[in-house]
Amino acid sequence: MTTRLSRRDFLTSSGALVVSFSMAPLLEPLRSGQGQFDTHLSHVDPARLDSWIALGADGMVTAYTGKCDFGQGMDTAQTQLVAEELSLPIERVHLIQCDTSVTPDQGTTSGSQSTPTNFNSSGLAQAAATAREALIKMAAQRLGVPASQLTAANGFISAKTGRRVSYRDLVAGKKFNLTLDPTAKRRTPGEWTVLGKPVPSLDISELVTGRFEFVHNVHLAGMLHGRVVRPPAVGATVVSVDEGSVRGVPGLVKVVVRKNFVGVVAEKQMQAAEAAGQLKVVWTSGIALPAQQEFYDYIRKQPSRDVLLVDSQDVDQKLTQAASVLKATYCHPYQAHGSVGASCAVADAQADRATVWSPTQSVYPTRKGIATLLGLPVDDVRVIFTRGSGCYGLNGADTVSFDAALLSQAVHRPVRVQLSREDEMAWGENYGSACVIEQRAGLDATGAIVAWDCEPWAVSLGGRPGYDHPGNVITGALAGYEPQAVTPRSAAEPTGELRNGNNAVPSYVVGCIRGKCGGAGSIRGERVLSHTVKSPFFTGPLRSPLRLQNTFAHECFMDELSAHAKADPVAYRLRHLRQPRLIDVVKAAAQAAKWDARPSPKSEGRHGQIASGRGIACVAYEGDNGYVALIAEVEVDPASGRVQAKRFVAAEDCGPISNPAGLRNQIEGGILQGMSRALSEEVTWDDRQITSIDWSTYHSLRLGIAVPVIECVLINRSDVEATGAGETAITVVAAAIGNAIFDATGARLRQIPFNPTRVKAALEARG
Amino acid sequence: MSAISLRVNGGVHLVNVNPETPLLYVLSDELHLRGPKFGCGLGQCGACTVIMNGSAVRSCVTPVGGANHAEIVTLEGLGTPEKPHAIQQAFIDQEAAQCGFCLSGVILSAKAFLDQNPKATDDEIRQALAGVLCRCFVHARMFKAIQQYAKTRRA
Repeated sequence: MTTRLSRRDFLTSSGALVVSFSMAPLLEPLRSGQGQFDTHLSHVDPARLDSWIALGADGMVTAYTGKCDFGQGMDTAQTQLVAEELSLPIERVHLIQCDTSVTPDQGTTSGSQSTPTNFNSSGLAQAAATAREALIKMAAQRLGVPASQLTAANGFISAKTGRRVSYRDLVAGKKFNLTLDPTAKRRTPGEWTVLGKPVPSLDISELVTGRFEFVHNVHLAGMLHGRVVRPPAVGATVVSVDEGSVRGVPGLVKVVVRKNFVGVVAEKQMQAAEAAGQLKVVWTSGIALPAQQEFYDYIRKQPSRDVLLVDSQDVDQKLTQAASVLKATYCHPYQAHGSVGASCAVADAQADRATVWSPTQSVYPTRKGIATLLGLPVDDVRVIFTRGSGCYGLNGADTVSFDAALLSQAVHRPVRVQLSREDEMAWGENYGSACVIEQRAGLDATGAIVAWDCEPWAVSLGGRPGYDHPGNVITGALAGYEPQAVTPRSAAEPTGELRNGNNAVPSYVVGCIRGKCGGAGSIRGERVLSHTVKSPFFTGPLRSPLRLQNTFAHECFMDELSAHAKADPVAYRLRHLRQPRLIDVVKAAAQAAKWDARPSPKSEGRHGQIASGRGIACVAYEGDNGYVALIAEVEVDPASGRVQAKRFVAAEDCGPISNPAGLRNQIEGGILQGMSRALSEEVTWDDRQITSIDWSTYHSLRLGIAVPVIECVLINRSDVEATGAGETAITVVAAAIGNAIFDATGARLRQIPFNPTRVKAALEARG
Repeated sequence: MSAISLRVNGGVHLVNVNPETPLLYVLSDELHLRGPKFGCGLGQCGACTVIMNGSAVRSCVTPVGGANHAEIVTLEGLGTPEKPHAIQQAFIDQEAAQCGFCLSGVILSAKAFLDQNPKATDDEIRQALAGVLCRCFVHARMFKAIQQYAKTRRA
């Protein structure tokens, strides 16, 4: 697109903090030191329409959003949304994403929350609907025709008589001076002409031709290159730094030390890398790490913060009376985001202000963190989202933004920081949490589940820095800020409504709290007691955080119960579900896959031969933010222990679909990423440090794999609110594969990844 | 430091750098090319791939001194958004990208291989891509796009 504001436009305008509005010239010029439309820099008021939508004299609409695109398609979908509400072709809408000087503070783009936030009855959707109604009202006055007789299309408001007025004539270049109208009517899915259509990603031509500007491509005049020097062991602190050790490195500008944060700045990138490699730092020896072999036992021995999510108070009794009781323990490792590009950021920190080009998911919180680290008022810091490599959660984006800010401030010049692969994977990452999930359930004589007792254990340290915790990522912690850690606490009785944001509560229980039942199932005997313990490593959200881990345990255990009851896994699920949308996706997936209804495992499988099987898993993501069922068909080679997925069939319901093309891409990518995580990904460590530090030690599936067939059934509902979709499908992949392996072989895998060693061990244990 | 002549995307650039500098740093920092990207710096992922004298190479582990006078092509040199190369068009047709960071590795590895082996089978194409990473896992669409391009090569 030629309409992208170049980074230079931002810089060359007066004072580095004022955005160039070349795309949407305004009637009133911006005054230096103030943000868009005279709003205060620290707060682009989300209640004001002008914070979201500007109509330019050139007929272009500029929309400002706090939800940004990392490759998941939010740029295209939000552009469609604005085009739809304003009845414009998509080419006439220009979206500006996540820039603290011009876009409203919408927190973090994460957790499949962008669609619920901006596509229903708030945020960008409501702003665009407000703008449309305001234009019609203005046109009614101008044309002397009642608003009810006017229609908007293609940049004009027209009366039936043929008289019309353009948006441009009504407001171009001026402010609306209105607040968002909560009653402004959205266009309904039945009326949609732009939204709901399969619009290809707007950036794809630029991406495939190498024109797209990633944060890695930002160049500023006088820019230097920085690298960081991370501790060699977890918990190690700086004893001394020998600056003399790098004195001979050509181009070296400065060695920067702030408490335990160590970095170097040089003229050229190679010089910075050389200096970082050569710098002699004496560190303390760090802490003794718990042995990885016994880590899942270790977790359960730590003091924990407990939450009782549901408790029918009769679980023990029901289990005592049950015809049979099953128990199982599931284990999920730490996993890395493993972005294909090691993280990068560019900062220009001057004495009294700073601008940072950052791939963060959270521009406003990151701005606060940077202001804290630099000792600047928050209004004097600007964070401009600039896309990095796909992140899937809290990868190195935030920490490298802090790195760049600290190094730039130390040299008073712009600095670009590129993390090395090891910096990213050993230290830059806040890993997806390791979990142990203990399950216990009782069945009556008919095979019906009468009680489900679940205790998930998760580890935690740090997390998203938010506005007030820069120490939640490594750079902030090294610079002296404490990470948020778990405070042990016993559980109180559950109150209020069922909260299932982590999918800790299985779909099959009623989820009753004081008589109010928010669960998706029918099992009345229920108890879910979650435990969080301190992690030795930094953790943070990774695509479907905890929801994936918990769902793996629930959906595999459901399969175990189904097998025990000698029931078909689909029918057995339906027998215990009552949430209609979840029931519908299960039925739709089974129908599309031509599900072979019978109990698992397959009886005819013979030892020694490649075995094939099918498995299902489903989830109401976060309890109510999207519904998916997935059927996996796999082959297991008993000789090698290799699992080969042959086919996936997904049925997904995320309400009214904004862009079916983007949705399919997300489902397909989510399924294959989930397959890689299920089959091969695991963070490893020795007694002192992380040992999965590159692509030879952290095992991701490569492009050369035989790609399974993927089929998606999209259930498009127009009578409900839109939900998220980016994390829904990945949530059920490990369980569907695990259940298919069981179906094929009779061997149950309860620990991820299902790598050949574990598969062979499970086959041997089966006998 | 030494003067090195780089022939990139049809143009000639004289750069005065340490010949040990990775070619990637020169392409991105000096010539401001956006196609080749820093993924791992270890030659393990493919994000920095360029085509050098007809073969796909990993520019993060290729010293620029070794590229003196070589013919280098990056994604920018294949085609433009207005007039993409056939393999780029195939990726557009199949909507075969999410974040797009890996595309130099995927597109240029496939192109160099298919140009040298126009009759390659699907299995051979897979083998040629065994060292390339896409962490958004757009594998299914990418493979379809590569097959689409392979078809035009075979025709």
